[in-house]
Amino acid sequence: MTKNLRVKTSEYIDETNRISFKFNGKTYHGYKGDTLASALLANDVHLVGRSFKYHRPRGIMTSGSEEPNAIVQINPGTNRTEPNVRATEVEIYEGLEASSQNCWPSVEFDIGGINNFLSPFFPAGFYYKTFMWPASFWEKYEFFIRHSAGLGKSPTSSDPDVYDHRNVHCDVLVVGAGIAGILAAKNAAKNNFKTLLVDEKNELGGSTIYENNEFNKIDNKKPSEWLKKEIEDLKDIENLEIKTRTSVAAYHQYNYLLARENLTDHLETKDKTNKIRQRLLKIRAKKVILATGALERPLIFNNNDRPGIILSSAVKKYSEFYGVACGSKNVFFTNNDSAYESALSLYNKGINVEAIIDIREQSESKIVKKVEEVGIKIYWSYSIVDTAGYKRLNSVSIMKLSNDGTSVTGSKISISCDCLGVAGGWTPAVHLYTQSGSKLVFDEEKNVFLPNQNTSNQISVGSCGGDFKIDEIIKNLNQKLKDNLNIKETDFDNIKVEIDQENSKRNIWLLPSNKPLGKTKPFVDYQNDATAKDIKLALREGFRSIEHVKRYTTTGMGTDQGKLGNMHALGIIADTAGVKMGELGTTTFRPPYTPLTFGTIVGRNVGKFFDIFRRTPMNDWHVENKAKFENVGQWKRAWYYPINGETMHQAVQRESKAARESAGILDASTLGKIDIQGSDASEFLNRIYTNAWSKLAIGKCRYGLMLNEDGMVYDDGVTTRLGENHYIMSTTTGGAANVLGKLEDYLQTEWPELDVYLTSVTDHYATASLCGPNSKNILKKIIPDLDLSDENFPHMSFKEANIGNIKCRIMRISFTGEHSYEINVQASYGKDLWEKCIEAGKEFNITPYGTETMHLLRAEKGFIIVGQDTDGTMTPIDLQMDWIVSKKKYDFIGKRSLYRSDTMKEDRKQLVGLLTDDPEIVLEEGAQIVSKLNQSPVEMLGHVTSSYFSPNLNKSIALAVVRGGKDMMGKKLFIPMEDKNINVTVANPVFYDEKNERLNA
Amino acid sequence: MFLINCPYCGERDQQEFKAGGEAHIERPKQPTELSDDEWAEYLFMRKNIKGVQFERWNHAHGCRKWFNMVRDTSNDEIKAIYKMGEKPPSQ
Ligand SMILES: [Zn+2]
Repeated sequence: MTKNLRVKTSEYIDETNRISFKFNGKTYHGYKGDTLASALLANDVHLVGRSFKYHRPRGIMTSGSEEPNAIVQINPGTNRTEPNVRATEVEIYEGLEASSQNCWPSVEFDIGGINNFLSPFFPAGFYYKTFMWPASFWEKYEFFIRHSAGLGKSPTSSDPDVYDHRNVHCDVLVVGAGIAGILAAKNAAKNNFKTLLVDEKNELGGSTIYENNEFNKIDNKKPSEWLKKEIEDLKDIENLEIKTRTSVAAYHQYNYLLARENLTDHLETKDKTNKIRQRLLKIRAKKVILATGALERPLIFNNNDRPGIILSSAVKKYSEFYGVACGSKNVFFTNNDSAYESALSLYNKGINVEAIIDIREQSESKIVKKVEEVGIKIYWSYSIVDTAGYKRLNSVSIMKLSNDGTSVTGSKISISCDCLGVAGGWTPAVHLYTQSGSKLVFDEEKNVFLPNQNTSNQISVGSCGGDFKIDEIIKNLNQKLKDNLNIKETDFDNIKVEIDQENSKRNIWLLPSNKPLGKTKPFVDYQNDATAKDIKLALREGFRSIEHVKRYTTTGMGTDQGKLGNMHALGIIADTAGVKMGELGTTTFRPPYTPLTFGTIVGRNVGKFFDIFRRTPMNDWHVENKAKFENVGQWKRAWYYPINGETMHQAVQRESKAARESAGILDASTLGKIDIQGSDASEFLNRIYTNAWSKLAIGKCRYGLMLNEDGMVYDDGVTTRLGENHYIMSTTTGGAANVLGKLEDYLQTEWPELDVYLTSVTDHYATASLCGPNSKNILKKIIPDLDLSDENFPHMSFKEANIGNIKCRIMRISFTGEHSYEINVQASYGKDLWEKCIEAGKEFNITPYGTETMHLLRAEKGFIIVGQDTDGTMTPIDLQMDWIVSKKKYDFIGKRSLYRSDTMKEDRKQLVGLLTDDPEIVLEEGAQIVSKLNQSPVEMLGHVTSSYFSPNLNKSIALAVVRGGKDMMGKKLFIPMEDKNINVTVANPVFYDEKNERLNA
Repeated sequence: MFLINCPYCGERDQQEFKAGGEAHIERPKQPTELSDDEWAEYLFMRKNIKGVQFERWNHAHGCRKWFNMVRDTSNDEIKAIYKMGEKPPSQ
């Protein structure tokens, strides 16, 4: 029977709405308004997980998004399961299931817990030191680490939820709806700023809303009562939008912020369907007001991580907001006054508070006096030296703290307890502030990093700006708002604030124990199990940079980014190294502030929207005819068309033979097409291609090679002169967009005087490429009135014609070496054109072929594919294409680079053909080429770029780049493979029809 | 992710733009007259300043126009934007 620690009704808990949920398979009850953490605590469940390295039992430590320990798997085994969720952020609903992570077989009995007893062997840098040696053992270590660590389980089926993205523009974005955020948003909106107020919680008001210190008053009211009225007033304000359950994940430069809005996570499963689960808000704000509050610091002492040890502020929130006592025998450990508020909260609800251990010598504030009056024992100048209780705290041991705070003296007192509230002061939540690029400064007096130099239009107000007391918050907020919004007055100019006099805190980063540090476990980073000992070890081993210490010890590297312990880590480093905190700097807080789901990040870009793809107008025909497709850039191109269960090899062999023996047809619509017009178009082409263009007659086509300014081949294609000042250029499929961009660059920036206009028309035309000895007969059937004689329509020329009443452009050009035609029609007629060709070609056994056959056919001819046979390091000379480089032209892009000493070297890699001695062996593309075996290290001469079995030659052929290959004709080389060496001979890359007789066949 | 004020379209998100490297490097009018070193200077050598830098940018997913930008690379503050061919603002 578990204890019920629900102590008193709270207005935020709906006791009429009882909810049952499961944790680690056991059913518990909570109420509407509970988080998983508050509901578990109400059932006296503290043990919720195991730590990462030592597998120590861990409990709930906080009440918010900074939680390092209570990391759970939500709805395990379902398709909505989510790992690494903070129990403190999960709002419970009927049917919710959650389980612990990091433990096997169960949280109660965890085999990894043995690591705790082995901990002398797990020092800082343990993974680096141990698993690096011997290197060959890494795989075995990895297996072990992966099985014993495991940060939750990802779902195995697809996510049923819908996610969304939205752009948001506002004048003022206020992050955090505590007292400062609410007043800021209200006054911004009232002054006609379009304002958005966001808060990660489901209720507005921050910590002030459950503030219970009776000595603090605003306008003679309790601050919580006063703030409730302010929140009530927000409803009627125009220009103000409020989003709760919305967490700002990232704050980028130019006031660009990303926030995750949670819409259905708190709903029952049946209510989650057909709704957007989470929405990523992409916010552009003219002004940003950060009111992100402060996080309470723990204290660093021996065994400070046991279940039942919890932040004092969290104890207060659970008591006041959720109506839950975190223990029945409570002790507090503090260095400031705030623990006294928590203690009183419990006391006022009739919960036993055993003692308060205060490392200070005294405090004069009213709340401390009140605690003394009600009879709670206070141990002044005492420190906790140890705690006991494996799965739940059962006692703490305290000793008198020396004046300098570095040691403990006297006899040890043991206090029995089941909950210890720890109060170590406050750390402003400056995470988002630093993400924006703004700089912090260390405040020696307050021992905190504070906003200092803003990079964008932003202000930090409230406790994230370093104001911890309500009077300071209100006063400074008022002035900052007036300055930033340029307003003369606010609606809280005249409020009266009374506060309890708070005494200063005593800051000791690492509290001493009666045992040496080596024998204690003072945890600094709870999630990654880094202790003060690890940090000191890193310093002893010579690490000085805070970033290095962080990585070596893994401090702050967990999913919580060390929100609780980072300051202590810095403090311990500073104390040990004898430097000032301000000189150390801080580590970088990176987005996201709290983890995001993949769904939120990708939004609607899932499934078929994940990656954009383009289809040609003939696509449906290819699908109907069972084509296999390949991705070329964004295009889905027909790869090959298997029939009767053919393999890819069989299909390609058949297609390749048919194209040369009778007729083949290829969908070439994806080739880039750029329409070039203007009185300087010819001059322009002269400058961008290596060959001469001025004399190309109207109606003729020419192949061109385009270089980068460094002389390397960039793109190629055929360009046709349609008119005096009109050309159509084709580019490679993958290069189309880049070529257009590059040409525009030259036109706009280098040669603005040229009268040239470029338009991409790739999508406007569909292209069918007819090839083979019967291509002419087929075209004749489709366009009977076009004279196809070599005299009227020779190779490398162009005609306009009509197929029925469809206008078409026909180029007689060839990428296969066969007699062939590229027929271009307006895209919408593409499929019609294709079907006409297929119909007319039936009697000639016209064979549709895909990209694979196209590649094979061109390889038989030794035609290059830019990007396959070239890689950005090949000049036209390297490709043995000297013929296309004009010697007469004064200049073209890349020309000068062809005469650089490096590009003129004889031993550059050059394109050659390769023939295997055994004609059946097909080389692997990418295989390395050597001239000598048994050489160490072996000299690699180059690699195979294209390789096929040619059905037309009945042997294996390959193209390759080989160092000095130009002069190696006939030379024997070797391709060493895993299981054999393949003998090859360097050959002419034109394997088929060297004299180009088939072009006019 | 900064906002860029395209001189032809107005303020747009950075993701619509492509950076094009250092500005005001003119392509030599007579490349063949240059020594290898001089040509290499044009071809390869670019400043990479921490601080105020003159850059080329292209509104690639917009009007496709090139323009110049003066940007402080240390904090991405855009100091000025001007069209191609216009004189850079004096500092
Ligand atoms: Zn533009």
